[in-house]
Amino acid sequence: MTMRRLPRILKAVRRTALQAVPTVIGILILNFFLLRLTPGDAADALAGEAGAATVETLAALKSKFGLDLPVAEQLGGYLWNLAHFSLGVSPRYNQPVAELIGARLPNTLSLMGLALVFALLIGITLGALMATFAGRPTDRVLSVLALLFYSIPSFWIGLMLIVLFSVKLGWLPTGGAETIGANLTGWDAVLDRARYQILPALSLALFYVAIYARLTRDDMIEVRTQDHVRTARAKGLSPFAVTRDHVLRNALIPVTTMAGIHLAGLMGGAVVVETVFSWPGLGRLAYEAVMGRDFHVLLGILLLSSLLVVAVNAAIDILQAWLDPRIEVR
Amino acid sequence: MAPPPADAFPFLAPPPRRAVLKGLLAAACVIAASAGTPSFAAETEAAPQPVRGGVLRFLVEHEPSTLVTIAHTAGPTQRVSPKVTEGLLTYDLDFNPKPALATEWSVSPDGLTYIFKLREGVKWHDGRDFTADDVAYSIQLLKEGHPRGRATFASVTAVETPDPHTAIIRLSKPAPYLLTALDANESPIVAKHIYEGTDPLTNKNGAAPIGTGPFIFKEWVRGSHIILERNPDYWDKGKPYLDRIVVRFIADQSARSAAFEAGELDLAGGPPVPYADLARVSALPGLGAETRGYEYAGRMTQLYFNFERPILQDKRVRLAIAHAIDQQKLLDVVYYGYGAVAPSVISPKLKAFYDPALEPYGFDLKAANRLLDEAGYPRKTDGTRFALKLYANPFNTQAAGDFVKQALAKVGIAVDFQFFDFSTYIQKAYTGRDFDLTLESLQNLFDPTLGVQRTLWSKNFRVGLPFSNASHYANPEVDRLLEAAAVEPDPAKRRQLWLDFQKVVYADVAALGLIAVDGVTIFNRKVKNHTIGVTGVDASFADVWIEK
Repeated sequence: MTMRRLPRILKAVRRTALQAVPTVIGILILNFFLLRLTPGDAADALAGEAGAATVETLAALKSKFGLDLPVAEQLGGYLWNLAHFSLGVSPRYNQPVAELIGARLPNTLSLMGLALVFALLIGITLGALMATFAGRPTDRVLSVLALLFYSIPSFWIGLMLIVLFSVKLGWLPTGGAETIGANLTGWDAVLDRARYQILPALSLALFYVAIYARLTRDDMIEVRTQDHVRTARAKGLSPFAVTRDHVLRNALIPVTTMAGIHLAGLMGGAVVVETVFSWPGLGRLAYEAVMGRDFHVLLGILLLSSLLVVAVNAAIDILQAWLDPRIEVR
Repeated sequence: MAPPPADAFPFLAPPPRRAVLKGLLAAACVIAASAGTPSFAAETEAAPQPVRGGVLRFLVEHEPSTLVTIAHTAGPTQRVSPKVTEGLLTYDLDFNPKPALATEWSVSPDGLTYIFKLREGVKWHDGRDFTADDVAYSIQLLKEGHPRGRATFASVTAVETPDPHTAIIRLSKPAPYLLTALDANESPIVAKHIYEGTDPLTNKNGAAPIGTGPFIFKEWVRGSHIILERNPDYWDKGKPYLDRIVVRFIADQSARSAAFEAGELDLAGGPPVPYADLARVSALPGLGAETRGYEYAGRMTQLYFNFERPILQDKRVRLAIAHAIDQQKLLDVVYYGYGAVAPSVISPKLKAFYDPALEPYGFDLKAANRLLDEAGYPRKTDGTRFALKLYANPFNTQAAGDFVKQALAKVGIAVDFQFFDFSTYIQKAYTGRDFDLTLESLQNLFDPTLGVQRTLWSKNFRVGLPFSNASHYANPEVDRLLEAAAVEPDPAKRRQLWLDFQKVVYADVAALGLIAVDGVTIFNRKVKNHTIGVTGVDASFADVWIEK
């Protein structure tokens, strides 16, 4: 079994690698010129924030950051750096971009991971419930709930969660990533971080909960009518076993596909959620980089995001090749 | 609508607008049912004995990009820097200089020599001695690389250090604003042995500062927080009272309100929460609001005209615009009453330079319509006379621009209001300059030579330079007064020059001063001495203590 699958997986990896490199370079160059379209640069932003400037300060800043060079030269310099595995230096933070991103990446990944887990767990559970009780009040109520999750913006959900769980009930902190200055270690540190992570992950997840719930519901209803389910029922399996092993399992393939695609969306959603919850992640760094016109940081984050999307898509291809042997890698 | 009676403008009748706010806050206190008098009186009257200990949870709205103001002047940096890095002087609530790293100072009658006696026995956090060399080197850095320092210290020819505890600043021409420019957040004194031979913009000290201040830098977790620890060897024995300051950054305004409500914060300047939320948040049990401590910044909301546009070159049109804007209503509606109506371009809070004799042009639609008719712009069939393009500095909020747009619509001026994010605004207003009107938010700072001159001095018309004379205003009389005030060492004569300046600008309707906006500090009532000078929460916090 495994032997037969291995060449297919290798083929998928090779194809992805071949396509990924030009894709990422294309994305980079496109991003570079797109960012040049925004008015103002890092020097303008810094001088503006200062609330005062002289011609000399502004000129000094521009030449220091290389912003006075022709665009082609700036692009060339950036690609040259990249070829040497350097993402450049942020003029604003006065730190290598790789360092800045490295410090924030784990926070965002863990937030996205937890949000995805929440979304899948809650979404599939709700979807299964809805499918089981299709057309009945449980289904109707949950459908309305899913519609609400789908349509309410995440920043508002975030704020409402803060009002309820932090301000009114006082169970969870309003923002941040850990208890500052507590110097916790081991299990205590994990629990502490988890407390800070629940609300942002939940606000990030609820939109996707709605999608997975609807997807699971519709797929399960469709799968239920298929022959192998009837066979399973005829074998005398309990309704629960039929749902779990034959209906739900087959209904999960579209959900995994969507979850892969959504990982990129989660990163976009993280910009908003991280701002509301003061979460020290990449999303907020990206937001601050936009506001400060810190294009090196932004390009670094965009490069990383595109790599992430490419990698996740490849992983999903491979996962599906394993889940369903009929799916052939072209 | 009839023009409001003169007494509708609170600044005409002392006591000024503070009374209104005080009433508001008093009401807030009653609602909160918290014991005690309004915040303004609480600290001065009772004066209980400070106690040692405690952690101050201090909110800085946005994360700073560096922690030392030696080459930056961004607001968040100014909040953090003075806790670690001190200045020569500090200023009480009336702008009187107080000793900090300098214990005594004198200015020669010609205004060309400043002598500072420096505090002895002061050590940098790395253990080295603080000396006059550090002062001389810092002033040189400020003169060369600080955004405002280049102007403030432009006439400095030399800083002499006859002994380790004396610094003599020599000037080529008088700089009467110099003695108010020496606060820690404006002109920090950094260690020569750390900065020598490096670029102050990229020096690592910006990320892990070493200073002489009451607090020692401990850690900065990017995106999360900064921790400052008590300096046990601080020169002011017994101070600071706090064990530690935890600085947090919360970018989202509503999340800041929530953090205050959940009791996670003790102190924040700004206002940290939207004006609409201020009354509610400051009325929460245990919290208070303070509007003093922003005089050093001298916040203003002004309307500038583009003098390259023929329509606006007509003084009658500018005066009509002035009459069409109800400043008191702008203050009440957009700023929720936090501020004062300003008749001219100098903030009423800069008492040493403000001309109290001037009155606002007055809200008078009839006069505005008449002036526009006289100027040759009758209403067309659609009711409008002409169109103008309005920009607004986002610090003023979109509401301020909407207010001006609606006000001008009433006199037949169709306003195309364009609102951008900050960086775009800076580029559009100061490089593109494709505006007719721009609603600016330019601080007066501690001295009008630095804060006001830049936008009305014809020699500061420099395309591409933020906060320069983008309106391209050029008036030889204004130039003369500005240039004379910049070098007049005699305070009384200098004040007269500024009063004359205001009269000329007022008569010419060169720009509208609209509102002197209040900053507001939100504080936990247990936190004492958070506002003891004109820099408010940008002070060193050596005196801050927390009631047990």
